[in-house]
Amino acid sequence: MRQSIHSKTDSPLIVCEHVSCTYGNAPVLSDVYFNINRGEFVGIVGPSGSGKTTLLKAIIGSQPVAHGSITIKPQLTIGYVPQVETVDWYFPVTVEEVIVMTRAKTKLWPQITSQERTEVREVLEKLGIADVAHRHIRELSGGQQQRVFLARAMFCQPDILVLDEPTSGVDVRTRHEILHLLADLHQDGLTILLTTHDLNGLAAHLPRLVCLNKTVIADGNPREVLTPKVLEATYGAPMEVLEHGGMPLVVDHGRVAMRGEGK
Amino acid sequence: MIFALNIFEPYGFQFFRNGLIVATIAGALCGLLGVFVILRGMSYIGHGLSHAVFGGAAASAVIKVNYFLGAGIWGVVSGLLIARVARRRVIGADAAIGVVTTASFALGLALMNRYGQASKSIEAVLFGSVLGVKVVDIYAVALVAILGLAVVVLGYRKLLFSTFDRDVAQVSNVRVSLVEAMLLAMISLTILVTMRVIGTLLISALLVIPAASARMTTNSFSRLLWVSPIIGAVTCFVGMNLSYHLDTSASATIILLDAFVFVVVYAIAGTRNRMKMASLGHL
Repeated sequence: MRQSIHSKTDSPLIVCEHVSCTYGNAPVLSDVYFNINRGEFVGIVGPSGSGKTTLLKAIIGSQPVAHGSITIKPQLTIGYVPQVETVDWYFPVTVEEVIVMTRAKTKLWPQITSQERTEVREVLEKLGIADVAHRHIRELSGGQQQRVFLARAMFCQPDILVLDEPTSGVDVRTRHEILHLLADLHQDGLTILLTTHDLNGLAAHLPRLVCLNKTVIADGNPREVLTPKVLEATYGAPMEVLEHGGMPLVVDHGRVAMRGEGK
Repeated sequence: MIFALNIFEPYGFQFFRNGLIVATIAGALCGLLGVFVILRGMSYIGHGLSHAVFGGAAASAVIKVNYFLGAGIWGVVSGLLIARVARRRVIGADAAIGVVTTASFALGLALMNRYGQASKSIEAVLFGSVLGVKVVDIYAVALVAILGLAVVVLGYRKLLFSTFDRDVAQVSNVRVSLVEAMLLAMISLTILVTMRVIGTLLISALLVIPAASARMTTNSFSRLLWVSPIIGAVTCFVGMNLSYHLDTSASATIILLDAFVFVVVYAIAGTRNRMKMASLGHL
């Protein structure tokens, strides 16, 4: 069920081979194999505890890999957007400070330069939140919070954006906005990898899905992947797949699947 | 007229001038590093390290090694031990700090009981003593203050990034563990050079209260790094003077003054928030 979308001249940006990760003695991921090519837009779906976040962390290098290997293309810049729930919103920083702190390696002097201010304004404008630069991070709406961290990731001009649950805890309108924003960035040529709980609201709209439950259950476009058989293997519960407006719609025993799974 | 003379009376004493200089610089230094201590939830580490350094101070007095050398090495070893014990996931960092530093503290007490000259010196180490301050202490605290300032200015973004968002900082090639080790080393050095004036038991308050007061006045990180050292320095300066006139312990007076500032700022910040909420309510 693997798909090969990449052009022959371009080697994959990220290759995961036989990747296993453990927390203590408990295996979280085992024998994960998949790769990401330039220009792809990939969503990782799976139930809570299926290892989605662990896989992202292994890719960005903050989670050690027990077995196997993750090969990152040399000089690849990764822009990472953490789950908004993990951010300390009471921390005393303004939006501008959050974005600029990513240039910690190259900048020794604390002062924000006018060149950086211009760049910050540009990236905030691109994401449609030009007016929040001097606000404290707690004074932002849910959608703005997500965008600020997206802006921070964009600030280092990444080759690939990696987002952990970009739509968790946001309302329907914000989810739409984020999805469209990501689609636009993808249109502009950015490679995107994200995890999501949200099968119908987000995953079904992506060009490629990876179903994960400790290992890769299926990998392909939503039409191939969102089938009752794959979903049962991934979630361990029978699910029905309907079609709505040309899109697969996953129904979990009469309830829409996007509803339930808490952390 | 008599009152005015009175104000300058303590300045006639060499010990007071030395103590005042050390305390004021120490206040600024603790205020600066305290910003990271409160934002990282490290106040227990400050508390613990000061107790660990006490063990080192006692041991170096017994074997007649230079205080800064003996207590400094002891502090570093305690820090490493904490890291080592905390690596056992079942124990946890706070318990590791509790085990290592209180054991070190107890060892210091036992050593001083057994080999120390008089109980007075224990009191001096526990609560600090202006009388014991020498010129070398001024040099030591000034040196550490310059070093601390250099670390915070030159490492500003790395420190901020790894404090705010450790994981992402690591991914962005910031050497987070190095940054954290530097910070811990600076806190240990600060405790080392401040302890003789403020004392083991109250020094952690100097690392926490000015920064906590400053935090309520601003939402900007860079401004916090100005306000907190100013509060620390001013309260230490005023507290030292007050302690002379009130005939109270210098460290206790300083900490009480810090606590007073905290209460005042807390009340003002609370009122301001309520007014803000009330004005929003009318919209």
